[in-house]
Amino acid sequence: MMRGPRLYIAGLVAAMVIGMIIAACAGAAPTPVGSEEVAAPAPQQETKSTLDIVRERDKLICVGNANLPGFGFLDEQGNFSGFDVDFCRAVAAAIFGDPDKVEIRPTTAKERFTVLQSGEGDVLFRNTTWTMSRDTDLGLNFGPTTFYDGQGIMVRKDSGIQTLEDLNGASICVQTGTTTELNLADQMAARGIPYEPVVFETADEVTTAYEEGRCDAWTTDKSGLVSRQTVLKNPADHVILDVTLSKEPLGPAVRHGDDQWFDLVNWVVYATFLAEEHGITSENVDTFMDSKDPNIRKLLGLEGEFCAKVGLENDCFYNVIKMVGNYEEIYNRNLGPDTIFNLPRGLNSLYTDGGLLYAPPIR
Amino acid sequence: MHESFVAAQARPPFWRDERVLRVLSQVLVLAVVFGLLYFFYSNMMRQLRETLGIPISFEFLRQTAGFDIGESLIEYSRADTYGRAFLVGLLNTLQVAVLGIVFATLLGIIIGVMRLSTNFLVGLVAAIYVEAFRNIPLLVLLIFWAQAVFLKLPRMKEAIIWPGPTYISNRGIATPWPVPAEGWPAYRLALVAGLILALVVAYLLREQGKRTGRMPLVTLWFLVTWIGAGVVGWFAVDLTVGTPLTLDRPVLEGFNTQGGRVFSQQFMALLSGLVIYTAAFIAEVVRAGIQSVSKGQREAAYSLGLTPFQTLRLVVFPQALRVIVPPLTSQYLNLTKNSSLAIAIGYPDLFAVAGNTILNQTGRAIEVFILVMAIYLFFSLTTSLFMNIYNRRIRLVER
Amino acid sequence: MASYVQTSQAETLAPPTERYTLLGWVYKHLLSPWYNLVLTLVGGLLLYAIFKPALTWAFTGARWAVIPANLNLLMRGQYPAEEAWRLWAVIFLLALAGGYNWGVWSKTVGPALITAFAIPWLLMLVPWFSWGTRLNLLIVEAVGLVGYALGRITPKQRSQWAVYAFLAYLLAMLLLLRGLQEGHPTLPMVPTRLWGGLLLSLLLAFFGIVFSFPLGVLLALGRTAERMPAIQTISVLYIEFIRGVPLISLLFMSQVMLQLFLPEDFPQIDHMLRALAAITLFSAAYTAENVRGGLQSIPKGQYEAAASVGLNGYQTMRLIILPQALRAVIPVLVGQFIGLFKDTSLVALVGLFDLLGIARVILANPDWLGTQREVYVFIAFLYWIFSYLMSYSSRRVEEALGVGKF
Repeated sequence: MMRGPRLYIAGLVAAMVIGMIIAACAGAAPTPVGSEEVAAPAPQQETKSTLDIVRERDKLICVGNANLPGFGFLDEQGNFSGFDVDFCRAVAAAIFGDPDKVEIRPTTAKERFTVLQSGEGDVLFRNTTWTMSRDTDLGLNFGPTTFYDGQGIMVRKDSGIQTLEDLNGASICVQTGTTTELNLADQMAARGIPYEPVVFETADEVTTAYEEGRCDAWTTDKSGLVSRQTVLKNPADHVILDVTLSKEPLGPAVRHGDDQWFDLVNWVVYATFLAEEHGITSENVDTFMDSKDPNIRKLLGLEGEFCAKVGLENDCFYNVIKMVGNYEEIYNRNLGPDTIFNLPRGLNSLYTDGGLLYAPPIR
Repeated sequence: MHESFVAAQARPPFWRDERVLRVLSQVLVLAVVFGLLYFFYSNMMRQLRETLGIPISFEFLRQTAGFDIGESLIEYSRADTYGRAFLVGLLNTLQVAVLGIVFATLLGIIIGVMRLSTNFLVGLVAAIYVEAFRNIPLLVLLIFWAQAVFLKLPRMKEAIIWPGPTYISNRGIATPWPVPAEGWPAYRLALVAGLILALVVAYLLREQGKRTGRMPLVTLWFLVTWIGAGVVGWFAVDLTVGTPLTLDRPVLEGFNTQGGRVFSQQFMALLSGLVIYTAAFIAEVVRAGIQSVSKGQREAAYSLGLTPFQTLRLVVFPQALRVIVPPLTSQYLNLTKNSSLAIAIGYPDLFAVAGNTILNQTGRAIEVFILVMAIYLFFSLTTSLFMNIYNRRIRLVER
Repeated sequence: MASYVQTSQAETLAPPTERYTLLGWVYKHLLSPWYNLVLTLVGGLLLYAIFKPALTWAFTGARWAVIPANLNLLMRGQYPAEEAWRLWAVIFLLALAGGYNWGVWSKTVGPALITAFAIPWLLMLVPWFSWGTRLNLLIVEAVGLVGYALGRITPKQRSQWAVYAFLAYLLAMLLLLRGLQEGHPTLPMVPTRLWGGLLLSLLLAFFGIVFSFPLGVLLALGRTAERMPAIQTISVLYIEFIRGVPLISLLFMSQVMLQLFLPEDFPQIDHMLRALAAITLFSAAYTAENVRGGLQSIPKGQYEAAASVGLNGYQTMRLIILPQALRAVIPVLVGQFIGLFKDTSLVALVGLFDLLGIARVILANPDWLGTQREVYVFIAFLYWIFSYLMSYSSRRVEEALGVGKF
């Protein structure tokens, strides 16, 4: 019996050591732990490019959302899907030729930037508004806008609210840590309208509180309002006011300091625009392989070495289109008429259709 | 003397000399700890400088916050600074902590005493209460309370109205609240004067008690004097200067009630969750304290001719208190720290405002965490300091 | 005179026990003085007022369908379904190791043992479980019995085998849960980000306990080492700092800032481990304080006696003081570990999908809007049953072994 406690303690310590070892391996990709391996990296380690890190890891880590249906959402099978998720897959397809080599790192609104800054994620696709202070203060670079949005307000139809002024003294639900919260404060202060902000951590809590009547109104990006309206108990009882509180260009972001990586992300997004412009879809892309149009040939990697300029294989854009699709396909798959959201394209149409999507040429 | 005796006989080799080993091991531990700290610090500074390009600075506290806060004890608007937003959060934390401590203590004492009741049913209710709430996580309780109880109250338009009027809805509870009127400055003076008078009375009674050996109920007389002075002062001020306080009643106007005092749904959910959870622990503390005083003590006191009340006041209570106070204080501290879970239900406490909104707007993780942790630490350390002093005063003297 | 003096001691009588008839008991405990009657009425009304609506809701109003539909998510999060057999294997091994330990340490068949073996049968009654689950529970029962039988036939001199069995179990568990490497044919790696639900909550609590215990003991020794002021100061600073800040702030820090403290090329520490690090560091400070209580409860005489038989400081600690101190604080430590299990729910706030986190994900699913009560009541019940079982069994073990008595 005397040996009992001592053995137990010895056992615990041993277990801790073993656990730590296993744990350490769990974090890193299977790297061999040899003494020469440990010593070696120091001299050659100047600044490893993000692309090298991603390649070495053999997967892309994408800072995303798990709570916004249509953009980033964890479905019942436990998979991530959505508009933003598809762009993550597009980047993975461009790098690896395999859209599944991506890990979505779900984040709250608050932690998304730190996760990216700390190098834990490679790129951020998380319905994130491009603002000047984020672009400068936070050490981020914002890529091309993938979704032009604006902040709106949803109210109950029977409340009789039609303008912002009608919200005098109302309780307004808003998600904390978003530009939405600041815009609301700015707009109401500018008009001198008193109101009670009711802030919540996640979009779900905001919706619940609004639906239960805790708030008279609820504000977030219009796309978010539309997407969430569909899951309210009686969508028809609610109406989105015809006011736009702000401009909300949503797009990808990367860390400062790696321009090649920044270019790569930008051009993957542009490639989806260009593919739609040329009418190339994932279904018909192979029929374009004998196209004579130099623009298409450059996009598909048949002419010139454009992908190499961002450090990739020549078929990088081909893979994006083939495996994920062009912008229209991505949009329609997640937000279009066949989904419960049925969100009109509006500003998110090609410039040729009166929208704002305009990609520079590949030359 | 023991050591010098050994030393005189034969010095052990230095690697077995305990004094040398002691110094060596300390040096080693210090080296490892400081080495690690330096390692962390240098990494952090390098990353801040090179990768992110944002040096540590508390300048941001003077910048405009730009966001609104739902409830605040002081004047606050979006045009105020981050520093002031911090203060709003701090005051909200203090408010919920102080009220929580008061109510949790009351409820805890009631439940603790109920558990000792000879009445089976009463004991059962208390036992169910304690076992139910001690064994579920506070966070689950808080979220349940906020989302499944307070949010399911009637909406504003169908609010329950109690006389007063008090409006109870899923936005919170709006009740009448006293506000200072023209007589307030005069009445405040009267209250201070009453306090001084009561202190004098208490001092005189105590001196008299020491002289005669019969200690009167000092605290009781202190309270009687002060409250008496307060009541007399009220009428005096009311008749001469004007009423000290008027009642501000809430009125339903537009979407919300105006006037009175509104305890928001988040505040109520946080407060009641904290109170219910902590009371279960306090009940156990109280029960253990009362049970720790052995039956023999009571019997001895009775046999000396003390009345039941005297027995309670002079024998049972002081001894029970010795057992109760240390764990009670740590429960108070837990409640204060647990109030940081407000973040889950949207109450703007210190942690939610600073660790959430401010951190998010400014991205200054290190500075914000230093401030927040320093504030919580300050609460804890001051409390444990007083605790230690108190403990030293009341503990049994041994050997 | 001598004849009046009793020469032998009179037989000691046991104190009279209170015996009532049922009615007598009811009278004494519910009705007897008038105020008792009032209290009974008030208590009864209170119970009625609480349980009537609660039970009505539970049996008629509630949409319990949300639970079976999401049972897999609640139990194991995103852990892949095709790898679920590994979780069962972990449970089988636990039953084996647990049964073996029981057989080695306790040679009597008591109510506790019967209860333990009844648990799988009781679980089989849960209507939401599939037949496959029930079959697995049957295997658990069988394996547990085998382990118990093996334990019973293990000779007493070989008691330490029980500890080895436990250690082997720890290793096997980690191996099974995590797997070898990606794409391995039989044991593909399941990254920790897929661990979730009850599985994650239990693992966090379990490893939090295992890792924080040695650290806590070291800190307690450091804090009581009065002749080593530097070590004592460091221990005190650490303990007071950790105990002074809320766990949630440590969790946030570990998620947001841990990577900042490490070199840039340091591999990314995954999410769960960061949370685990925060939980371990937090728990260690509390363990230290509890163990310190045990250390202080050891009378000075023990140290003096140890010194007088020539033990040095290290030997005194290892052989005399620590075994007694740890034995004395077992009940407090169990209480703390229950607290730790409940505290793991905080990881939901930093984006992990533990039991509470996964509950929030389920509530975000459009199909299950408005089922907050059902989901939260269910997970609260799960937390409750585990905490209660832990505290109940520890009380039984205390009574049986007489530990915790100073």
